[in-house]
Amino acid sequence: MINKLVIENLRHRWIRTLLCALVVGVQVMSILTLMGLSRGMLQDSADRAKGTGADIFLKPDTQATISFSSGQIDAKFVPFVARQPHVAQALGVLIMPVELVTTMNAVDVPQFERMSNGFRFLQGGPPQAPDDLIVDNYYAEQHHLGVGGAVKLLNHNWRVCGIMQGGVLGHLIVQLSTLQRLTGNANPPRVSQILVKLDNPALTPQVVNQLNTLLKGDLRAISMKDLQSQFSVSNIPQLRAFIGVITALAVVVGFLVVFLSMYTAVIERTREIGILKALGAKPLTILDILVREAIVLAIVGCLIGILLSFASKGVITSLMPASLRVINVPDWWPISGAIALGGALLGAIYPGLKAARQDAIEALSYE
Amino acid sequence: MSSPPPAATPEIITVRDLRKVYHIGEVDVPALRGVNLEVARGEFLAVVGPSGSGKSTLFHILGGLTPPTSGEIWIDGLDLRKLTENQRTEMRQKKVGFVFQKYNLLPTLTARDNIAIAQSLARIDSPPPGFDNILQLLGIKHRLDHRPNALSGGEQQRVAIARALVNNPAILLADEPTGNLDTENSNAVLDILRGLNKRTRQTILMITHNPEAAAFADRTVAMRDGRIVAP
Repeated sequence: MINKLVIENLRHRWIRTLLCALVVGVQVMSILTLMGLSRGMLQDSADRAKGTGADIFLKPDTQATISFSSGQIDAKFVPFVARQPHVAQALGVLIMPVELVTTMNAVDVPQFERMSNGFRFLQGGPPQAPDDLIVDNYYAEQHHLGVGGAVKLLNHNWRVCGIMQGGVLGHLIVQLSTLQRLTGNANPPRVSQILVKLDNPALTPQVVNQLNTLLKGDLRAISMKDLQSQFSVSNIPQLRAFIGVITALAVVVGFLVVFLSMYTAVIERTREIGILKALGAKPLTILDILVREAIVLAIVGCLIGILLSFASKGVITSLMPASLRVINVPDWWPISGAIALGGALLGAIYPGLKAARQDAIEALSYE
Repeated sequence: MSSPPPAATPEIITVRDLRKVYHIGEVDVPALRGVNLEVARGEFLAVVGPSGSGKSTLFHILGGLTPPTSGEIWIDGLDLRKLTENQRTEMRQKKVGFVFQKYNLLPTLTARDNIAIAQSLARIDSPPPGFDNILQLLGIKHRLDHRPNALSGGEQQRVAIARALVNNPAILLADEPTGNLDTENSNAVLDILRGLNKRTRQTILMITHNPEAAAFADRTVAMRDGRIVAP
């Protein structure tokens, strides 16, 4: 019967209930979208790294394994690495950020095609001129580009020579020498990382150790397998902190919304609280009713949030398929639900206690 | 101070030298100044008096909604002075049924659910035997699935009476039950109260300022300035 009262109370003020649940839902959606975006972007990076066909990555020794910056290495290390035992091919990649989270990746295209089994061109083909640019299908879709189209990036005019299937190295691929010249990395030539392909992939751990011993202080080698496992939110402190802030905000907003809703409801229902007390409702029963209302709001809000997260994914994917990749994170549904519930319960406590402490006679005479 | 053996007395309500003082700011306002009252089991008693005479305060104390400042009260064998807040709440669940002037039904629930919630709060599974007859007598069986806003004042008050009786209380406390009703509905409600009293021996204590309403009761007591003046 108490559950029925709770549901009827929420139905009675359905606009307030819906708005309250919607705001809770927006918070849940924020958490899910942020988490889905973080994982999606990392997954995207992992997929593109895997698409290079390399067995080992070499980065500056001072840089974190997963980094959004583009530290440079002297390109003389490339032939040095190529000469090491079991190294079949070593290839320098220069990475420069061009947009929000999009980078331009520069390689010696013919060499890279040998390492990665080639780009799968949907339209056009490999660069023929220094200013030629390969874009992946996501970038082309997002920017409405076709072969022969012009793009201005890094204050330079590029011509789209080919549109490739995404998932290899990056969204934008240019010739190494051109990007080195444009970004002041030509003299001496510098790259951001070195991709290494082995003659026998089974020897990867052994070669990683060997390279790390040999290049200690200059470069750090990491196997593709280890790199893949590093692409997780928990390995990026800045992302963890950001998610923490958004989660805290969700709790605060959930608390405020439910608090306001419940506080208004308690004042509005003063007489009803008096009636319940006259009928023999204990203070805990009154608190229980409001807590149950908050729980229902949180559950409905959570469901709305999950639905909204699918909508936000659809919007992001259709508007920015190249820049942002979002994946569904069902393992975070219960977590975001618990966060919403926590905020809602916090918000229900004070109004609930106020209602529970209400004097029955005063409440009954409330107009 | 004497203590009557409640089980041995025919009275369901015994009040001796009952006093209640409200503290409003730094001022003490005496609402009851030594009330003595005995109500026999199965009696229909009307308490009349002008506004401020202490009728409502007596109603609230007898209903366990507020404790007295001093004095003795027994309700169906329970010494109200010894009851904690929680025990007074339990007494309201099972021993007392309230009927208010403004009906005080929960607006979000149907008439049926308004009755059921009183049962639920008292953790009683089913209505007492004969409750169906009471609903018949009240004439609301066909209106049970309506919400209060779809019921007339008279119907709402009859639902409130059903709600007050669903837990088979020892006493029914009615505070100006006809105060918001027209003459026709007032007479209907008073007829019902009198009928209940006669048929089921339900003890009823009705507060009213209306002498015509009081005439439906077996006995009338008058209050003035916090005292019973005409027992």
